[in-house]
Amino acid sequence: MDNTTLIAFAINAFLVQNIILTQFLGLCSFFGVSNKEESALGMGLSVLFVITVSSVVTWLVYNLVLVPYDLTYLRTIVFILIVSALVQIVEMFIKKVSPILYKSLGIYLPLITTNCAVLGVALLNIDNGYDFSHMLVFSMATAFGYTFIIYIFAYIRDHLDKAQLPRALRGVPIALITAGIMSLIMTGFI
Amino acid sequence: MGFKRTLKRDKRKFNKMLKTAVIDENPTFVTFLALCPTLGVTNNVANAIGMGISVIFVLAMSNVLVSSISRWVPDEIRIPVYITIIATLVTVLEMVMETYMPNLYTSLGIFLPLIVVNCIILGRAESFASQNKVKDSLFDGITVGIAFSLSLILLATFREILGTGGIAMLNIQIFSSENSMELFVQSTGAFLAFGILAWIISDLRMKQAKKAKKRRA
Repeated sequence: MDNTTLIAFAINAFLVQNIILTQFLGLCSFFGVSNKEESALGMGLSVLFVITVSSVVTWLVYNLVLVPYDLTYLRTIVFILIVSALVQIVEMFIKKVSPILYKSLGIYLPLITTNCAVLGVALLNIDNGYDFSHMLVFSMATAFGYTFIIYIFAYIRDHLDKAQLPRALRGVPIALITAGIMSLIMTGFI
Repeated sequence: MGFKRTLKRDKRKFNKMLKTAVIDENPTFVTFLALCPTLGVTNNVANAIGMGISVIFVLAMSNVLVSSISRWVPDEIRIPVYITIIATLVTVLEMVMETYMPNLYTSLGIFLPLIVVNCIILGRAESFASQNKVKDSLFDGITVGIAFSLSLILLATFREILGTGGIAMLNIQIFSSENSMELFVQSTGAFLAFGILAWIISDLRMKQAKKAKKRRA
């Protein structure tokens, strides 16, 4: 595969097929943590790290263990166990190596296990039949797209909180409508 | 006689729980849990019903299993144990659906295995089933599942009628599909439709709360 198609593929995964706005994955954290820009960035970076590592591990396990032994039906169980074990390991590793980083990311890590973006990307890699390089590019670009959107959204939401809205519209309803308008921008690419 | 009385009591309890789950603590429109499948599969009513039934099955079974074994599960590893139980149930569901309902299996796509990380299921296992009796947990699973399905169907009806002009599953065509807003079956419409519905519902809830307060005063 030559480089230009791989770059186009990365941009496609980053913006056009954005994981939050067009694939509807990772929405709980998108609406839950995106109140402050700082915490949005922290969550985004932890997810970026976990998605990349877990995609590589799940892809390898799927193609080297599950496919040769004809165990592909165990995919869901194996993947979720890998993801939750990985999150635990990453948490312990960061705690040991960099306590400062742990302090800023620590609270988000346990939440990532149930973040559908992580399991979703692992499953999409398999469903779309990517080879190793495409898998790596796809998961990293997708995770960057996640961080990018969650960060921008946190900024917008910060301003929305100050705006005078009808009481019923405050909170999640206006956040949903804003996300809809952001997603309209992405449809412009198609 | 005793059996009949228990049955009656159970029925009353079930109805009460159903009312709480659907109206007071609706998982979709009040607590905003499990947003991914809510937005992802509501592009038509058939998908929403398929997803709703799948969630009712997994939620009821996982609640029963969790409440029956929670006595023996050490506190530190309870979340991995719950996740394994849920993942096993989802795998069973996937295999059954792939064999008997291949069309639904393809159209639900990635959202079927993602039931594993549905916050409602883990949330109910953690907050209700692990502390309550098996029968109550079964009721809780079914009622919360029904509440989730009803919300999905409401959102899907809204989106499909606006987006295609009718409901394909029931062969209803209200207006011509040429005049429909195709936007609503696409990803943008999912956010917009859910936002508008959530707005209307929260407005209605606020009005009702105000009325109840006035009545009490």
